[in-house]
Amino acid sequence: MAYTVQRPKLTFAEKIYLPSIIAGLAITWKHIRRMLKGETKVVMQYPEEKWDAHMPEHYRGAPTLVKDDHDRERCVACQLCEFICPPRAIRITPGELPTESKFSKVEKFPQAFEIDMIRCIYCGMCEEVCPEQAIFLRKDYAITGTSRAEMVHDKAKLYEMGGVFDGLVHKWNPEK
Amino acid sequence: MALLDSIPWFLVFTSLGKTIFLVFLVVLPMVSYTVYAERRVSALIQDRLGPNRTGFPLTLLGFKKDFSPFLGGLGQPIADAAKFILKEDLTPGHVNKPYFWLAPALAMMPALITLSALPFGSEFMGVKMVVADINVGLLFMFAISSVGVYGIVLAGWASNSKYPFLGGIRSTSQMISYELCMGLSAVPVLLVAGSTSLSKIIDYQVHEGWLLLPITDGKLNLRELLLFLPMVLAFITFTISMFAETNRLPFDLPESESELVAGYHTEYSSMKFALFFLGEYTAMIAGSALTVVLFLGGWHLPFIPDGSHGPIWGAINIASFFGKVAVLLFFFIWVRWTLPRFRYDQLMKLGWLYLFEIALVNIFLTAGILAFTH
Repeated sequence: MAYTVQRPKLTFAEKIYLPSIIAGLAITWKHIRRMLKGETKVVMQYPEEKWDAHMPEHYRGAPTLVKDDHDRERCVACQLCEFICPPRAIRITPGELPTESKFSKVEKFPQAFEIDMIRCIYCGMCEEVCPEQAIFLRKDYAITGTSRAEMVHDKAKLYEMGGVFDGLVHKWNPEK
Repeated sequence: MALLDSIPWFLVFTSLGKTIFLVFLVVLPMVSYTVYAERRVSALIQDRLGPNRTGFPLTLLGFKKDFSPFLGGLGQPIADAAKFILKEDLTPGHVNKPYFWLAPALAMMPALITLSALPFGSEFMGVKMVVADINVGLLFMFAISSVGVYGIVLAGWASNSKYPFLGGIRSTSQMISYELCMGLSAVPVLLVAGSTSLSKIIDYQVHEGWLLLPITDGKLNLRELLLFLPMVLAFITFTISMFAETNRLPFDLPESESELVAGYHTEYSSMKFALFFLGEYTAMIAGSALTVVLFLGGWHLPFIPDGSHGPIWGAINIASFFGKVAVLLFFFIWVRWTLPRFRYDQLMKLGWLYLFEIALVNIFLTAGILAFTH
């Protein structure tokens, strides 16, 4: 059975195209004018403008290590983050704190703590699993380097990025 | 010695100077900045910014700071050209090599040759600002610009692959159809001006007012008033055919990147592709320049005398000519980013059933008006 498509009836003005072409030109001209007057919102010009100010509270950037207010490394080298890390980006070499150390009752500390930022997927599991609240995801998102070695953050770099975290760890805090 | 004496050295050197000025100082930079303008204007229309980064790297030359003017991106054409030169020039194994190599040159050269008959200014230091002031300038431009289709056809055929082939076929039929109504729509102008020499057509417009705007000479008589309608018709048909002739949207069926990958230049890379690109834009400039000559008074602006009154006026004439061309180029770009592409049968129908008839009737209309007001 033949199926006939009903063609729309065009008026003369529609048939000669020109009125609709002029209408189209008017629309595009409106866009040009609004762009030239700066009324159109365009994309952010990245290196000059950054969205740091608009970053949400829960943003997950690069993982970092923190020290407490007595300048003690919070990390006790329990290696939970190393084991939970889905892409296995974290590598910890645990060490024993010497008895003459001020913090010797903590017993363990990381001799080396490396996060491979090429592997890291910014999932935040390390932060979640850490019993000592030693590792935090900061808001740094532009992690770049010119070699693979540079992209592996070592302990010094991680502490430099992390800074100090004051206050009690949640597990010792009766309020929490 | 007799041979050396017989050579008109003044003519040779002025012609050489004019050619170098026109091609290397005006048209080729204009081509590259038309590409830049295309990208910026399309960005403006689509609420984007376009290339706004590339400045001139003056620090490479020992300056303290890079030069990036408020617009930015003005170095983009240079970067584009450098990219084209550095890219690998690939000739696929399955192509017909001689034609494959000939095609880009054939796309670029006719567009440049047409410029030789173009009066781009009145007079500068007593030299007429046209490389070859031939009597049949208009016919020459039509004849040479239609050679440009061979570049596309050869590219489509020599590429030996289906999409370029389809692009080549489309371009052949499109150009043949629109060549006709382009020529016919220029005939009323010839009737009114009484000459096919482009300089004479401009002279007529200087004295009697631009054909599309007959009030530029300060007076308006019955003849000009009656001729206004056929001239507007001629202008519209001529411009539409010009769009089709230069493969610009809404008639870019030979290229139509959404259907034919890239049409006739799918298999081309590096500078060979760039030549097609340059050829298209040069043809655009030549076409706009021809429109300016035929309908918009060439280098003439009201109240500005021609170059015989001093070199400054001559320079202003040249600038006003290319200013008009630039306005038309903006119009080309503006239309491109406004309209969708025509379907193939619509394109043929428009060419053969409407534009051709309108142009034909327009000739008789003009002739009638001219006979009536004689």
